[in-house]
Amino acid sequence: MGIFEAILLTVITAATPLVLAAVGELVTERSGVLNLGVEGMMVMGAACAFVATQMTGSPYVGILAGIASGALFSLLFGFLTLTLVANQVATGLALTILGLGVSGMIGEAYVGQSGIKLSQIVFPVLSDIPFLGSLLFKQDLIFYLSIAVVAGVHFFLFRSRAGLKLRSVGDNHASAHALGINVIRMRYLAVMFGGACAGLAGAQLSLVYTPQWVENMSAGRGWIALALVVFASWRPWRVVAGGYLFGAVSISQLHAQAFGIGIPSQFLSALPYLATIFVLILISHNRRTTLINTPASLGKPFVPDR
Amino acid sequence: MRIELEKRPNVSKLFSILSPVIALVLTMIFGGVMFLLLGKNPVTALYSFFIEPLMEVWSLHELAIKAAPLILIGAGLSVCYRSNNWNIGAEGQFIMGAIAGSILPVVFHEWHSPLVLPLMLLLGMLGGALFAGLPAFLKAHLNTNEILTSLMLVYVAQLFLDWLVRGPWRNPGGLNFPETRTFDPVAILPEMIASGRTNWGFGFAILAAIVIWFMMRYTLKGFEITVLGQSERAGRFAGFSSRKMIWFSMLLSGALAGLAGISEVSGAIQQLRPVISPGYGFTAIIVAFLGRLNPLGIVLAGLVLALTYLGGEAAQLSLGVSDKVTRVFQGLLLFFVLSCDTLIHYKIKLVWSNLTGTATEGAH
Repeated sequence: MGIFEAILLTVITAATPLVLAAVGELVTERSGVLNLGVEGMMVMGAACAFVATQMTGSPYVGILAGIASGALFSLLFGFLTLTLVANQVATGLALTILGLGVSGMIGEAYVGQSGIKLSQIVFPVLSDIPFLGSLLFKQDLIFYLSIAVVAGVHFFLFRSRAGLKLRSVGDNHASAHALGINVIRMRYLAVMFGGACAGLAGAQLSLVYTPQWVENMSAGRGWIALALVVFASWRPWRVVAGGYLFGAVSISQLHAQAFGIGIPSQFLSALPYLATIFVLILISHNRRTTLINTPASLGKPFVPDR
Repeated sequence: MRIELEKRPNVSKLFSILSPVIALVLTMIFGGVMFLLLGKNPVTALYSFFIEPLMEVWSLHELAIKAAPLILIGAGLSVCYRSNNWNIGAEGQFIMGAIAGSILPVVFHEWHSPLVLPLMLLLGMLGGALFAGLPAFLKAHLNTNEILTSLMLVYVAQLFLDWLVRGPWRNPGGLNFPETRTFDPVAILPEMIASGRTNWGFGFAILAAIVIWFMMRYTLKGFEITVLGQSERAGRFAGFSSRKMIWFSMLLSGALAGLAGISEVSGAIQQLRPVISPGYGFTAIIVAFLGRLNPLGIVLAGLVLALTYLGGEAAQLSLGVSDKVTRVFQGLLLFFVLSCDTLIHYKIKLVWSNLTGTATEGAH
């Protein structure tokens, strides 16, 4: 295996959690809900997945635990913002703060334990393709799931009736309500889907990326995922492109450190965050295109008239 | 069962005051349940968490020291949030304020003059304001979402501080520890009251809260903030500029966070270290909401959240529970505050059967 292949493999591993969390949030935002709690749901997923894996010895149980914890945790957000119409920005922040605290407590007894790494699933024949084979067909389950979820979300949003309804809820909830669509139920489901994806992304961190539990191990990836949704202008496949770009940036700093380039490591570690800001500037400086792409009801509360 | 909201004709005055109290009580109840699950007696646990730190004079001083940055930052954030500018990077502005203010006692430590301390405080405010100016510029002129940019800059500030104290600013006589030289006495914020450690940071916090309260209540600027926050369109018709408001609110909150940073470093820590804040900038967001974005309420809320820090330390010592409990309490509190605020604008009705709902829908 060449060095180029090895680097690409690390990029894929770094990008997968970003892609997963971002595509989940994309669906949530397409339904008109801005959930800033991605970081909290992700870190909850990471903690629950790790603990479940250590308890049962099976990383697949861990994956399920990650998904379930993310979805359940997002319900808290849903209840506050959808049923009690609380401020979405503030509630999302609350979810992040609570998630960082609760995950710290859940994982505390497991700090320093070495975990079980999720094993690869090797596709026969396909994995023998030179170069591409080891990159695409010799990966873990979560990587395959990330691609499947993006494809599924694309199909759902743009090729299915339910997806059309979801988009209409996000663009104009009053009209959608008048057409008889249950806005609140639709949004609850979208929020839970976002939570499940963030939880799965967290599971990838504690089962594949670094198989252990470290407090705050999501390290801002949830926020980067939020920026990715804007970067992707709410389109699923662009999330993949953006995610891999960011994965490459965050990996490049590790490789730069390994090669001993004379820049202090802290400056290199700041790269992904600065890159996020840079990309946000590029994407949003044109007010008109931003307006066209953003779901029109994003962040606006909805109380059905009865 | 279903929950329905009915809009109140007027904002409920009763619940405006009661909702933070209800939220606190609910947090206590949930906290008690959590202690029970951890195998502790909930009554003694809550006692040592919330009451014990208030029984000794020295720990009251600790409370004031911890409340000072929370109130300073929270008061600034209230202006931001009221004007609909979501600065969530106060933690970074706190750090940059601390760094900017520390230039004098670290780099020019040979300069001893009574001017050092006031200049440090000014530099601290300037550092915080400039760092908040970045997301302000990006939002006002390039239309970039301030939530994400201000948050990303927190990580940048943390890494920058880490580099400074491990690299160029490391104490040459400090056995290679990642910390700067300790500040000379001229650079240390004096104590405020004779009985203990409370420094002037607390005084600044109270002063800032009162000034901002006065501004919001009695000046045109306060009215402008409220109008632009509630409806940008209405503000535009009144001749207010939302672009200027972005600058005003972000620079103000950044300056106050920077002042909090330099006060903390110069008063409590007296040197720079890789980590100088237990998340004050984020906790101050909770303070702002618990205080219902009212500066005087924020003073009380700052004291309550300072208590969760002290209670966490106390509970760790006396009960052996993790200090992570503090974060959980803070998160729970914010959740309950936000849900109780619904009571101010809406009546909450529990609907037990689905029949009434379908009947009215049929009538439409």
